[in-house]
Amino acid sequence: MKWDEFFVTGEPMIYGAMVSIVLVSIAILVGLTYFKKWGYLWREWLTTVDHKRIGVMYILSALIMLFRGGVDALLMRTQLAVPESGFLDSQHYNEIFTTHGVIMILFMAMPFVIGLMNVVVPLQIGARDVAFPRLNAVSFWLFFAGAMLFNISFVIGGSPDAGWSAYFPLASLEFSPTVGNNFYSLALQISGIGTLMTGVNFIVTILKMRAPGMKLMRMPMFTWSVLITNVIILFAFPVLTVALALMMFDRVFGSQFFTMANGGMDMLWANLFWVWGHPEVYIVILPAFGIFSDIISTFSKKNLYGYKSMVFSMVIISLLSFLVWAHHFYTMGAGAMVNGFFSITTMLIAVPTGVKIFNWLFTLRKGKITFTSPMLYAMAFIPIFTFGGVTGVMLAMASADYQYHNTMFLVAHFHYVLIPGTVFGVLAGLHYWFPKIFGFRLNERRAKTAFWLIVVGFNVAFMPLFFLGLQGMTRRMYTYSADTGFGPLNMIATIGAFVLAIGFVVLCYNFYYSFRHSPRDEHGDPWDARTLEWSIPSPVPVYNFAKVPHVESQDAFWHAKKHNVPLFKEGPYEEIHMPNNSGQPFILGVIMFFAGFFLVFSWFIPALIAGIGVVIMLAVRSFERDHGYHISAKEIAATEQKLRGDSV
Amino acid sequence: MARLFPIRHVMGYIFSLVLSLVALGVIYWDLTFTAGIVILVICALIQASLQLVLFMHIGETSSKKQLYLNIGYAVFVGVVTVFGTLFTMIWGFR
Ligand code: HEM
Ligand SMILES: [Cu+2]
Repeated sequence: MKWDEFFVTGEPMIYGAMVSIVLVSIAILVGLTYFKKWGYLWREWLTTVDHKRIGVMYILSALIMLFRGGVDALLMRTQLAVPESGFLDSQHYNEIFTTHGVIMILFMAMPFVIGLMNVVVPLQIGARDVAFPRLNAVSFWLFFAGAMLFNISFVIGGSPDAGWSAYFPLASLEFSPTVGNNFYSLALQISGIGTLMTGVNFIVTILKMRAPGMKLMRMPMFTWSVLITNVIILFAFPVLTVALALMMFDRVFGSQFFTMANGGMDMLWANLFWVWGHPEVYIVILPAFGIFSDIISTFSKKNLYGYKSMVFSMVIISLLSFLVWAHHFYTMGAGAMVNGFFSITTMLIAVPTGVKIFNWLFTLRKGKITFTSPMLYAMAFIPIFTFGGVTGVMLAMASADYQYHNTMFLVAHFHYVLIPGTVFGVLAGLHYWFPKIFGFRLNERRAKTAFWLIVVGFNVAFMPLFFLGLQGMTRRMYTYSADTGFGPLNMIATIGAFVLAIGFVVLCYNFYYSFRHSPRDEHGDPWDARTLEWSIPSPVPVYNFAKVPHVESQDAFWHAKKHNVPLFKEGPYEEIHMPNNSGQPFILGVIMFFAGFFLVFSWFIPALIAGIGVVIMLAVRSFERDHGYHISAKEIAATEQKLRGDSV
Repeated sequence: MARLFPIRHVMGYIFSLVLSLVALGVIYWDLTFTAGIVILVICALIQASLQLVLFMHIGETSSKKQLYLNIGYAVFVGVVTVFGTLFTMIWGFR
């Protein structure tokens, strides 16, 4: 590593980015000092083990990453708008589509989903926190360390440029000699470990910490989807961990797992990547299904149609999702048996997914529907996602895929499932649970403006790509000549992308607007909803439930409201045992960041020191005695009095 | 004090180090391919059970149903990954 290669040089845009990073950092430091907020930041956020706050931090990071990935997307769309554009050179385009893909999937979709499940799941099952609150904080800080490590790559050392799938041999040391792909392997590794811990944590939470009476088959659909998602995480992420470790060995220590010489096998990387990668897309889509299920049933004022078949189809999806991965490389040259097998399994997945679509439609049927902003996202999701799914079945046919493979058709397909599925899902969830988190609703008018801009912009941005793909425009191509005739459709797509971006700006402006103008929510149930999280005041007190709820049916809160049965038993409050805050997860995250950073540059001595730091942190934790603290019954009574205005 | 000493964990730690060294040995000792693979598979199986029993306390749960469900799922994913990979990358390759 030569020192003059340490910072990325020679690009005016990157200099601009460096200057703005420095300015923003200074502004944050000065602002925190000036307003004396350091203590507040440390005590209330950086050291918190409260699932709600951790969830908020996840969601905030995800929104920032959505912004970063969105800027990447706009840069790409600007470059592609006209033929032979000189806006980006090919290297820069490669780096941008790679970071866009990685950030959108791993640092936007994943944390957004995990953030929502952090906030909501314990509330939906009537628990006071997750099973391992401290581990939860570790998960977050590892994710955050990984995300930051990945993001600094564009000013320090250079970004990865081999696509979000980082196929070998392109991603090998031989063909990608810069440190870019080291950032890829280490950043994903660090945040992936955090995700794996989240998986363990939530499975235990959901299996062990449900309120009395909440049988598995009485859980809200979002909680079900989160349970299944975490089972997939638990079994899929180890494959990524191993694959990334092998990649790191190849790139940093010169081993030969994925090289083309010395017995290495380059396509084995693609194979392992997709063994994880396909379950991964279900990890980000299933929670969205859960969110839509809850929202559709709430705003149709009906219980979910076909609850059991919903659960069953998710279980089937979770199994099938492990059996389809080779559909990502039909063109590798495998025999007819392999491609045939994976074609069939892939098409099979459409069946349980179709079951779910029909269940949502039947839930809507004869419902008393109100079109709130979360409901609008759900309504847009059903047709657009179906469209994305149907093009997916087209891609599933191995022989036809020889035509579609790596064209813009594919790019259009996966954006048609990821955006209406995951992005609309998390946005719907954010609008839906926002009052629970912050105690006031987002302004509906502005939310709806943002919604329409996003939906229209999205379709204008991606519909043309189907046709471009069929005309032969390949993906990851930084420019094209005017003779190809790709120009006009690309221009339309770019316009759509900018409309979509404006929608996102309106959506974010709405946070500020609603913070200033929205009336505060008094009774904690602004949507007249059905599940337990709405039975407690908003914003939710640290201990969530002053008394543990007793569940008698599905949609427990709705049942309690309609039949006038009490959710909470009469009687005095009891003392509540809560976990203590801790700075250790944050410190561990910082150390992991530096360990990763040093390994990226192959600075082994500092990396070793950081590694020892990690071991010390683990030892400190092992020998620590921390019994948490108790909130007295009197204090609970006072808090509840303040929040509810009366005693329960 | 003796009662507090986590003897099982320390033993488990030493065992896993030894098993890793034996696995590493496969490339240093002059072995046939089959012998090497056999050693690796055996080490891997012992290693996995060691981790599960000593560190992850498998079997200490009261709910046998959840336990078997978990193991079933894990075996499913493991078998699919290993044999699926062999199928796509070697056996089914033209
Ligand atoms: C905000 C609107 C978005 C726009 C305008 C957009 C646009 C694009 C473009 C132009 C490409 C590269 C096409 C090529 O030349 O190959 C791309 C790739 C990609 N996008 Fe997006 N995208 C958006 C949102 C998203 C979201 C929300 C996700 C995921 C949740 C996502 C995931 C990906 C992935 C995985 C790739 C492939 C990267 C690669 O080739 O390695 N995008 N997107
Ligand atoms: Cu797939």
